[in-house]
Amino acid sequence: MTAEEVKQVVLDIISDVAPDEEVSDINSAESLRDQLDLDSMDFLDIVMELRKRHSVEVPSEDYPRLATLDSCVEYLTPKM
Amino acid sequence: MNYDAIVIGAGMSGLAAGIRLAMFGKKVCVLEKHTIAGGLNSYYQRRIKETKEIAQFDVGLHALTNFATKGERGRPLTKMLKQLRIPYGDLNLCPQSYSVIDFPDKKLRFTNDFEFLRNEVHEKFPHQIDAFNKLVEKVVAFDELDLNAGYMSSREVLGNYLSDALLIEMILAPLLIYGSAWEKDMDFNQFVIMFKSIYLEGFSRPKGGVRTIIDKLISRFKEEGGELKFRHGVEEILTKDGKAIGVRTTKGEELFSSKIFSSAGLPETMELAKKDTSHQVGQMTFLEAICLTKRAPTKEEFEPTIVFYNNSEKYHYEGAKDFFDTRSAVVCCPNNYDPEVKDVHGCFRVTFMANYEKFKALERSAYLEKKEQAYEEALKIVKSISPSVELDVVLKDVFTPTTVERYTWKKRGTVYGSPDKIRNGKTDIDGLYVIGTDQGFLGIVGAILSGISLGNLYGLMES
Repeated sequence: MTAEEVKQVVLDIISDVAPDEEVSDINSAESLRDQLDLDSMDFLDIVMELRKRHSVEVPSEDYPRLATLDSCVEYLTPKM
Repeated sequence: MNYDAIVIGAGMSGLAAGIRLAMFGKKVCVLEKHTIAGGLNSYYQRRIKETKEIAQFDVGLHALTNFATKGERGRPLTKMLKQLRIPYGDLNLCPQSYSVIDFPDKKLRFTNDFEFLRNEVHEKFPHQIDAFNKLVEKVVAFDELDLNAGYMSSREVLGNYLSDALLIEMILAPLLIYGSAWEKDMDFNQFVIMFKSIYLEGFSRPKGGVRTIIDKLISRFKEEGGELKFRHGVEEILTKDGKAIGVRTTKGEELFSSKIFSSAGLPETMELAKKDTSHQVGQMTFLEAICLTKRAPTKEEFEPTIVFYNNSEKYHYEGAKDFFDTRSAVVCCPNNYDPEVKDVHGCFRVTFMANYEKFKALERSAYLEKKEQAYEEALKIVKSISPSVELDVVLKDVFTPTTVERYTWKKRGTVYGSPDKIRNGKTDIDGLYVIGTDQGFLGIVGAILSGISLGNLYGLMES
C-alpha cells in the first residue's frame, strides 16, 4: 500500500471506532488523542481493527507509534 | 463444542462482553437460563383485563443513569456506545423532568444539569455550600474506575467534608438505594461512580423502556456472529487443575472454553465452580409495587420523575426487619421522562427495602395477602407525596425478593449482589472471570462497561 492508502485506512478505522468525530480536519502531525475524544479503549479498537481488516499486528509496546496520523503512516506502511 | 469464550448470563454485562469478543472474531456463546434477556434489568408483560391491551413493565433500575448528550466527551455513556458501535440515536433517550430527595423538613431537587442541585444545596443548606463544593471537586477528580481500589467508607469521607448530618443523609439516600450492596454505608469508589452517574450526569429512559437497550444489545451480538442460547442455565463450571475448561448446561450439554465470563454473581459463580468460598450474599433486597392508572398524571398532579421519599431525618438503608420497610420508598413515575412522549396510561413504581427470608417462608395465600398489603402502602406513599394525584388503577402488580430470585437466580434476590466486589474480575480459578454487579460497576451503564472492560482485558488483549 502507498502512504496515502495507509492514511485512508487509518482514517476509515477512526471514523468507524469514533463515529461522532470529524476526521477530515485532523492535523496529521499532531497527537490524535489531543484532537479527538479517543481513550485507551478506542486505541485498542484501532489496533483490533487493523488486525481484523488488514492482518497487521501491533504489539502493545508499539502503541506509542500510533500517536499521530503521520507516525501511524510511517509505522504501518512497511507492514501493509 | 469448543468456544473461544463462554458467557454466563444474557444480562447487560454478559451481552456487552459477548459483543466485544464477537466483534473481533472470537467464537462466543452466551448462555441464559431465563426465556428473556436482561437479567436484573429486564421486562415483563401483563394484559389489562378491561381493555385487553398488553402492558409492558421494566424491572430493575427506574432510570438509565449517566445521561449524556450525543457525542459528549469523556462520558461513560458515550464510551459504552462507541465500544459497542451503537449510534446514540438508537437508544431514543428521554431525559427526566427532575427528581426529588424528599425528607420531612427539607427537599432537594435535581435535574440533568448539576448546577440546579448546587443551587438547591446553596439555598437549603447555605452554611454547607463551600464544603459541598469541595466534596464535588474531590469526586470529580477521583478515579473510581481503578480496578485495584480497596474499600473506603463513604460516610467517613463525607464526614470529613460536611458537618450537617441531614445533608449527608440526603446526598447518600439516592446513591445507596440505587446501588449499594452494603447496608448503611457504601464503598467510596462506588459512591463516586453513583455521584457522577446520578448527580453530575443524570437520569433518562430509552423510549420503550429497558427493552430498547436489551433488543439493541441482542441484535448487535447476533450481527457480529455471536451465539445466544435461552433456557440454557449452567449446572456446573468445569475446571481442571485450577483452570476453567468449560461448562455443563442445565440441558446436560458440555461446552468447552478456557475463558468463562460469569455474570451469575460472585457467590453464585463460585458455587457453580464447586468451590467453597466465604463470599457473602448481600443483605439488601427489595420489593416493588407497580400501579398502572387509566391516564398519565398531569403536571399539577405529579411532576417529578423519581422521588426518594424518607419519613425522618435519618435514612435507614438496611435489610428490612419486617416484610418491608415503609419508612422510606422510591417512587418512579416513568411518564415524567420527556413530556413530549404522551403515554396513554399513568404508571407509578414504588420500591421498598424488603426481607427475603420473611417472604420466602410464606404460604401462597399469605404471600398474596402480603403483596396486597405492600401495594396499599405504596399507594399511600404516592398519595402522601402528592395528595391531588388521581389513582384510577387499571392494573397492579407486586414483585418481591423471591420473585427476583426466581427469575434471576441471584441468591436471596439481591439486586446489588454481594458486598464482596472483585474489581479486576479475577477469581481463584484461571480463566474464570466475574462480570456485572459483583465486579462492582453500577447501574445499566456500569454493568455494560463491566462486560466491555473485562471482555477487552481478558478476551482481547491477552490473546
